[in-house]
Amino acid sequence: MRHIISILLENEPGALSRVVGLFSQRNFNIETLNVAPTEDPSLSRLTVTTEGDDRVIEQITKHLNKLIDVVKLVDLTEGNHIERELMLVKVKALGASRDEVKRTVDIFRAQIVDVTPSVYTVQITGDAGKLDAFVQAMAPIGILEVARTGVSGISRGDKILSL
Amino acid sequence: MELLSGADMIARFLQDEGVERIYGYPGGAALHIYDALFRQDKVKHILVRHEQAATHAADGYARASGKPGTVLVTSGPGATNAVTGIATAYMDSIPMVVLCGQVASHLIGEDAFQETDIVGVTRPIVKHSFAIKHPSEIPEVLKKAYYLAATGRPGPVVVDIPKDMTAPTERYEYVYPKKVKIRSYNPVTRGHSGQIKKAVDMMLKARRPVFYTGGGIVTSGASENLTALVKRLGFPITTTLMGIGSYPQTDAQSLGWLGMHGSYESNMAMHHADLIIAIGARFDDRVTNNTSKFCPTAKIVHVDIDPSSISKTVRADVPIVGPADSVINEMISLLQGREMANAEALPEWWTTIDGWRAEREGKLYEASQPGERLKPQEVIEAVYHITRGEAFVTTDVGQHQMFAAQYYKFDKPNRWITSGGLGTMGFGFPAAMGIKQNFPDDVVVCFTGEGSFQMMMQELSTCKQFGTGVKIINLNNGTLGMVRQWQDLNYKSRHAHSYVESLPDFQKLIEAYGFTALKVEHHDELDAALERTFADNDELVFLDIDVDPREHVYPMQVPLGAMRDMLLSKTERT
Ligand SMILES: Cc1ncc(C[n+]2csc(CCOP(=O)(O)OP(=O)(O)O)c2C)c(N)n1
Ligand SMILES: [Mg+2]
Repeated sequence: MRHIISILLENEPGALSRVVGLFSQRNFNIETLNVAPTEDPSLSRLTVTTEGDDRVIEQITKHLNKLIDVVKLVDLTEGNHIERELMLVKVKALGASRDEVKRTVDIFRAQIVDVTPSVYTVQITGDAGKLDAFVQAMAPIGILEVARTGVSGISRGDKILSL
Repeated sequence: MELLSGADMIARFLQDEGVERIYGYPGGAALHIYDALFRQDKVKHILVRHEQAATHAADGYARASGKPGTVLVTSGPGATNAVTGIATAYMDSIPMVVLCGQVASHLIGEDAFQETDIVGVTRPIVKHSFAIKHPSEIPEVLKKAYYLAATGRPGPVVVDIPKDMTAPTERYEYVYPKKVKIRSYNPVTRGHSGQIKKAVDMMLKARRPVFYTGGGIVTSGASENLTALVKRLGFPITTTLMGIGSYPQTDAQSLGWLGMHGSYESNMAMHHADLIIAIGARFDDRVTNNTSKFCPTAKIVHVDIDPSSISKTVRADVPIVGPADSVINEMISLLQGREMANAEALPEWWTTIDGWRAEREGKLYEASQPGERLKPQEVIEAVYHITRGEAFVTTDVGQHQMFAAQYYKFDKPNRWITSGGLGTMGFGFPAAMGIKQNFPDDVVVCFTGEGSFQMMMQELSTCKQFGTGVKIINLNNGTLGMVRQWQDLNYKSRHAHSYVESLPDFQKLIEAYGFTALKVEHHDELDAALERTFADNDELVFLDIDVDPREHVYPMQVPLGAMRDMLLSKTERT
């Protein structure tokens, strides 16, 4: 099963490499990885999506917790949560396909954020499934470039991940 | 307020931390630190002849004393030479702090002379590492390093120290930090009471229980408590290779150690048990054999300080995260006034176990006859007797290591010193050196093989400099015996590069360093040679003993089999 693990990490040099190194060292798999500072400058928040059965996920969270730089973590998939990813896509927009791109963008509630005579740059947010669907829909028209942030997530309701 | 340079802070910190001896080797990036050590005399520095030996010596000291070992090396090749020793300590959870010189901060990343990203290189083999960013943080970072190395599940910690951090011209306030806090690091101090209660109930209901205990008992100093618990219950106990000595081996309840080359009765008892109480052990592949066939009828209680060790390879029915000492204590108090539910079951279980013991009694190996070459096993037994089982015993890696584990009996923890997890040839001699230098009144024996010894024999020079009287027993079979054994068993005796041609004349070699070396070629010469070897505890003696090269280590678990599937000799199999 796919899991989304969110980690509060000491904002220290080398901390990220310990997390990433752990995954490769122990043969765990990383599908997406996203990291940025939080409201507390001493902490970064890192979100990783990974695949694995319960035993593997248990090992991943235990080993992550063992890293001295990992302050706290949560497996968001264990509860209700919100998952978002942002994608920027350059698509070919020539002649008749210009309109089709525009229509598809509207259907997906995406936005065109940059325009040239031959290219639209589209911004879209959503869960990973929605982004995949958009890529599929655009593929026949001609995708030139894709940049995805990787998944970020947060629990629903009052539950918080903090110190 | 005291102002000190970074280098002086390091020297002062080591004094304040109570570090008596450090193992190291100088070089450019560490020279300010060496100068600071020169200008004090509380912390003794042992100059090794190779940085790997520094780590093994500090590791040996740590295993024998239970306190962190300390290593000091220079950047680049100094640090990379230490890597094998750091990995060795990591695999066996040994507390160690490794101070590495580094090129000056402004040069980092420029491929400067002797620059290596040692924090990067060692990342997967350390408990944690630090890079010093400002001289003023040195006391705090060092305190954290020792704290992390020694608490929770212990392990090596690397501290990378750029040369400019130790410059004599820059001085900062020094205060010894008595305590440090690391917000993300809070090792558990006791186990979950409900789980412990559950475990105790299961123990009382068990019909065929076995304790299976590991290095965690030794590192956490829980042997006394463990012994009390095992005595109280009257259960059999087997230990891992690393747990040897965690329970007195000459006691009737001890089955010896288990796993690939463990005792027949240990492996049989594990296989047939209905309850396994694992404490401070990690179910590694050298113990479990094929996990899918592992102990089919047993429920498993697993106590460990490290949650990631629990249910890693074998699922625990009752996981208990906590320090062995306090969990065992709690078990003992919960047992007060309670009795086994099936009083008749335990004596029956012992009858079965005694049957297994009797099956192998007197059949473990064939002794040599007068005039013949000695069997390695009988050499170990003879050393056991002459040292009355009280020596610190280190080993290298190979057949001699397994024979030493099988035939030297340990009644105390911290005396059996071996590289179990990494299996590092070259470990034994420098580890023995580190122990002897810190425990000069004790007898320190290193069992080695002619292959392993040659990996770290340069330390003879260090022993000469510091007058270190270790006893080196070279079980010389003229071959990389353990490799050869596997080749005999799995490759139709095609001995690809397991034969050590052109061995040195060990006697001459040892004598070149000014030490005594004795050669034993036959059975008849052993006793006198041992007398001579152990005559003076302060003298390094090298005993080169020709042993039978055809000998194999048995029992040996059959690959992919269950615990009970063993070869018992060249011709017998369970
Ligand atoms: C550094 C290192 N290299 C290789 C090995 C693989 N290995 C395990 S045992 C062994 C043979 C050891 O020979 P020796 O020291 O003579 O001991 P013996 O088995 O003959 O008693 C080897 C090569 C190892 N454990 N460590
Ligand atoms: Mg040999």
